[in-house]
Amino acid sequence: MSPRIAYIAANTFREAVRDRVLYNLIAFTLLLSGAAIFVGQISIDIERLVVINLGLTAVSLFGVVIAIFIGIGLVSKEIEKRTLYTVLSRPVRRWEFIVGKFFGLAGTLVVNTFFMAIGVFGALLYVTHKFSKPDALILVALYFIILEFLVICSLALLFSSFSSPLLSAVFAFSLFVIGSFADDLRGFAGMAHGITRWIATGAAYLVPNFSALNVISAVAHQQPMSSQLILQNTLYALFYTAMALSGAVLIFERRNLK
Amino acid sequence: MKSARQRTTIIAAATLAISMAASVLLLRHIDRLRPQASIEDVLYINSPKTIKRASLGFDGLMACIYWTRTVQYFGHRHFDYAHTYNELAPLLEITTTLDPHLLPAYQFGASFLAPKPPGGAGQPERAIQLMEYGIQNNPDNWQLYYNLGFVYYTELKDYRKASEVFERGSHVPNAHPFMKILAAQMAMHAGDFTTARMLWSATYETAREATIRQNAVEHLRAIQVDEDVTHLEALVAEFAQRDGRAPNMAELVAAAHLKGVPVDPDGDAYKITPDGRVLVETPDDFPFITKGLPPGYKPGPPKFHNHS
Repeated sequence: MSPRIAYIAANTFREAVRDRVLYNLIAFTLLLSGAAIFVGQISIDIERLVVINLGLTAVSLFGVVIAIFIGIGLVSKEIEKRTLYTVLSRPVRRWEFIVGKFFGLAGTLVVNTFFMAIGVFGALLYVTHKFSKPDALILVALYFIILEFLVICSLALLFSSFSSPLLSAVFAFSLFVIGSFADDLRGFAGMAHGITRWIATGAAYLVPNFSALNVISAVAHQQPMSSQLILQNTLYALFYTAMALSGAVLIFERRNLK
Repeated sequence: MKSARQRTTIIAAATLAISMAASVLLLRHIDRLRPQASIEDVLYINSPKTIKRASLGFDGLMACIYWTRTVQYFGHRHFDYAHTYNELAPLLEITTTLDPHLLPAYQFGASFLAPKPPGGAGQPERAIQLMEYGIQNNPDNWQLYYNLGFVYYTELKDYRKASEVFERGSHVPNAHPFMKILAAQMAMHAGDFTTARMLWSATYETAREATIRQNAVEHLRAIQVDEDVTHLEALVAEFAQRDGRAPNMAELVAAAHLKGVPVDPDGDAYKITPDGRVLVETPDDFPFITKGLPPGYKPGPPKFHNHS
């Protein structure tokens, strides 16, 4: 990574922290500790499941919201405040700016996820009193959630590179919802005929497949994860992120900033 | 200037606190005005597949939420001594569709659905459907076969099916050895007290949940009473046939060479009525007994005691 990208990434991270993004950790802690204490009293035999399901779902949703709402403003805010011109007047290439912003946001989310993961394991220890070997699978689910964040960050940046923040948020959130239905979309494509089938199949493969990255329920039930799934999900997320980032760079390179 | 700001802060804080307290109080009044059942009995979306799709892949958490809702629904209806549980089966269907591996939903769900009201919903067929769905999705879990066999045995008295299910379950890897014994016992001596005692003892030994273990203890106590009363009534009938009248307890103890006045599991002596019935002293303490009850007795909702 070039020092310029690292510098932009570090600044993006600092800015997110200054914007009190990490305050969501307080809400997360309250949510999880409340659930860990109260679920045992209002339900039967699902304390462990709730801590894992609720904890990982919250990690995922909090992260998605942060990724979208910070990601959409990364470019437009710089243009609005006119700080982009200062940055680009220095020897910084436009693609370096986009990639730096991406790494800054991804770093913020990784740090956020790290603290949330500590919270999940703490709550789990509270309800089960000891860790067991299958609990290590939670790390796999957290890793997949981080992969999901990379994809969403890159999409938010892609939309931010050519659209207004509001529209970017709508596009990114819609893609998140559609991506969660990716398996169903593929199913519908399989049932269609003729040109519709081709279009539907194309759309099904074009949207990000978030359902493949969601293994929360399986991990809660201690179902083993194959190394092949981990490897292929990693490659998929990296390629998809690279694709969306390339799109963002292509658009931003040609954007008239005057 | 500073004092003006301070005054504003104090007034705003006081207004906030008063408004919050007033809104909470008002809401409590409004809750009393609204019929409770209309809140509890409504399932806004009753299609499990729709809810699964709407959960955006976070179906594990949704299943936990729906399972908690099911427990709360059953608990409230049970507490109210209700005779209808209209939303119980749909709630369980939604829960298990969202997460087909959520074992407590099958195990407890069947025990909510199968018993007759007010103890349960009185829907043993739905309980069987639920358990079969659970077995289909968790074929390696022998406890689900045990729970299914239990429903056939206790609610439907279908001993042949119960035996078949226990037999199926005994072939599951790591199945408890008593599954084979239960299958054989069910086939040969289904209706007797020994089989019932064996089933509830097995439940007591294998259950992790305190409520299930307590329930098993209550049933074991009830079996003890039923067996005692059956035995004592046979002795009373024998006496009556010989002497032309029912004995009192002292006469029965002497005639049948009993070691002492027979007592129930709480240590209270059984009573004999002039027409030869054998009764327990306090039927409310034995919510599951079928014998020893005074004529016209109407049981209250089951109450559990701590028996170690």
